[in-house]
Amino acid sequence: MFGTAKRDTALLIIVAILTLFAPFLLNPFPAGSAMAQFNAGYPDLMQRFVIFGIFAIGFNILFGLTGYLSFGHAAFLGLGSYAVVWMYKLLDYNVIWGLPLAILVSGVFALMIGFISLRRSGIYFSILTLAFAQMMFAISYSDLLGRFFGTTITNGETGLQVYTSDPQILIDSWERVPHLLGLVEMRSTYTLNLGNWSFDFNAGYYFCAVIMILAFYLAIRIFRSPFGMMLRAVKSNQQRMNYTGLNTRPYALAAFVISGMYAGLAGGLMAAMDPLAGAERMQWTASGEVVLMTILGGAGTLIGPVLGAGFIKYFENIFSKINDNVLHSWFAFLPDGIEDFLVVIVHPFVGKGWNLTLGLMFMIVVIFLPGGLVEGGQRIARLFRGKPAKNDAPDGSKTPAE
Amino acid sequence: MSFSKLTRRGLIKTSAVAGAGLALPTYLRADAHAGYTNAPTGDTVTLGFNVPQTGSYAEEGLDELRAQELAVQHLNGEGDGGMLNTFSSKALKGNGILGKKVTFVTGDTQTKSDAARASAQSMIQKDGAIMINGGSSSGVAVAVQGLCQDSGIIFMAGLTHSNDTTGKDRKRNGFRHFFNAYMSAAALAPVLKNAYGSERRAYHLTADYTWGWTQQESIAAATEAVGWETVNNVLTPLQATDFSAYLAPIQNSGADVLVLNEYGGDMVNSLTQAVQFGLLDKEVNGKKFEIVVPLYSELMAAGAGPNVQGVIGSMNWNWQLQDEGSKAFTKSFGEKYGRPPSNSAHTCYVQTLLYADACERAGTFNPCGVVEALEGFEFDGMGNGPVLYRADDHQCFKDVLVMKGTENPSNEYDTLEIVEVTPRAQVEYDPDHPMFAGGDLGECNPGA
Repeated sequence: MFGTAKRDTALLIIVAILTLFAPFLLNPFPAGSAMAQFNAGYPDLMQRFVIFGIFAIGFNILFGLTGYLSFGHAAFLGLGSYAVVWMYKLLDYNVIWGLPLAILVSGVFALMIGFISLRRSGIYFSILTLAFAQMMFAISYSDLLGRFFGTTITNGETGLQVYTSDPQILIDSWERVPHLLGLVEMRSTYTLNLGNWSFDFNAGYYFCAVIMILAFYLAIRIFRSPFGMMLRAVKSNQQRMNYTGLNTRPYALAAFVISGMYAGLAGGLMAAMDPLAGAERMQWTASGEVVLMTILGGAGTLIGPVLGAGFIKYFENIFSKINDNVLHSWFAFLPDGIEDFLVVIVHPFVGKGWNLTLGLMFMIVVIFLPGGLVEGGQRIARLFRGKPAKNDAPDGSKTPAE
Repeated sequence: MSFSKLTRRGLIKTSAVAGAGLALPTYLRADAHAGYTNAPTGDTVTLGFNVPQTGSYAEEGLDELRAQELAVQHLNGEGDGGMLNTFSSKALKGNGILGKKVTFVTGDTQTKSDAARASAQSMIQKDGAIMINGGSSSGVAVAVQGLCQDSGIIFMAGLTHSNDTTGKDRKRNGFRHFFNAYMSAAALAPVLKNAYGSERRAYHLTADYTWGWTQQESIAAATEAVGWETVNNVLTPLQATDFSAYLAPIQNSGADVLVLNEYGGDMVNSLTQAVQFGLLDKEVNGKKFEIVVPLYSELMAAGAGPNVQGVIGSMNWNWQLQDEGSKAFTKSFGEKYGRPPSNSAHTCYVQTLLYADACERAGTFNPCGVVEALEGFEFDGMGNGPVLYRADDHQCFKDVLVMKGTENPSNEYDTLEIVEVTPRAQVEYDPDHPMFAGGDLGECNPGA
């Protein structure tokens, strides 16, 4: 079906079901209970899950297939956001104008940056992309371009926002927030209350989710195409390819541009959900984050980067909000001394220590599951099935399994 | 795999479910209950404290969090009541807000607009926070203020000093208690004139982002008004560790004052290196070379150590103030945490109480009622003398402190001393002043 192999179709359908039912799956605990702290099914975070999923899927096309480790992909994320917000400012709040432009602009920039950076490989490539991204970050953070032309282009560290004084030549009087063709506002949410449970169905989330499923499908097609095979060949031995007379650079460049466009789409969607574009999106920490997502989930696998993205965003948004009060309420049933002791023990790992927990998790995954979370899943599946993996995936040695 | 035998029927079923999922959002509009976003229903009300807990301003953020926690205690009638006893409005009775017990949720802004908006969103969407308070950067404040305006909740800004927050980015749902770059400059200029004379040539090093620019613009205009000359303004990249390339040209520029429009780690580094360069020991044009730091904070002063001695700057508030409100706050903060509060802690504490008081006076948590209660509100007893929350731009007007690095510190918290308390009248400006023009408060938004 869809021109994909059975296994891939199954994977695609699983991903589609998981994303479409995410509002249920991410809110397993009744609202108001002590465990509600761990619910992640609110619109903003769900949107982030799928948007960073797209970002990581795209990054994986470059890093997972060709092995080129770009440390500057956040630059395209930021470009996409700026493109969309500029369309809000010039035309109107319809996201349909900005998103194609976001893909186009980031594609053009990826072409230029890739053309130069891909002259080198390995660590030099990484450093070149990092340098370009940091340049673009510095330019947008201080709005150097804007100052050069005597106007505002990125609005510096404050971030680009829409003002009522902007031209917005297509604007209608009812438009206040981003919407799709006037059909539905991105922020509109329907809350379903079932007993103690409450589930949020957000229009923006479903918009992003559908785009992510399409992006995922496209990634499957790229992975399984002759082009994808070529990219894997680049990863395994580029020199040998060159000796046989193949010019590998156009392939790597194409992969770079495609993954740049994915990043631009993700950035555009971020601005489509929340009409603001900040320069921090371009900072090297954001570039590093997508590398972590991909490695954590499993580089070179289809589903891995999406899992990794969800994992990191979950920690960033859920663990950082656990403070001492919450800890005390968890352990309140224990005698005072033990309660305080437990709070002291757990305290460094939550709230401001969420980075520490994430780092430890990352170490554990990299040390014990070099293939990322996907490998963990495979091991568990193998345990249950009680047979070696190769029977299950006949070509497992050649194609990284998902 | 279980899906390996995908039948036609199975496929149709799956597509039907997927199609229904896709079609669903088209029929959904925002939750249409009357009233306003996150109206508290139970016997508690949730406030959102959004502060930097990681990154370069983490210290400030944690101090803000301490103050906010203290404010919640005082609102719930625990502890000694702090500034509730000195606050001129007596609407708050120590039984929470409008009879509802105050609870709070916390988040990490990471001093990034994106992360700050994400954590504010989670407070609004997940935890049902009715108001967001805190933060330690103007970029973040502007970003979160815009979000709160769109979501229909109140934003009580923490430490944000850029003119834009209540200038071109002002919003009806957002309020700033902290002072701004213009007020710093207006307060500093006369003191600088008295201390260093009116024939001075100033060289500016400015952090290259929005706050730096507005700070530089403000201080240059104010010092030029008292007769100073601005020799040069050099923009420095953020988080620079080595300022020597920027400091060396100063010695040949003929300037006799260095103005450091820097904050946080940049200020600590630039000041430390300027002192190590021996700039303070020089004599130029027959006058002793001086350094000015327009915006001070206790935490930065502590970071720069002995280098701040004798250096003049401005502050919103300081724990050494001797009015009843400041003493009460410093006392209850000190008893709880064993240290004096910073001025960002003070701002967040006061903002929390002001919000609670406005709800109490308005008789509702509805943002539009709160906005009405806060606009043009005059109060006293919160430090800084009589204060006005101006209706035109939601900026607080109050006395500004001019500070100097203590020459002989007696303890680790005694880093700055108060040189002068500049009266409010001297730092007031027109809401349409060119440095603040272009903003539009818009309408108050109660949300859903």
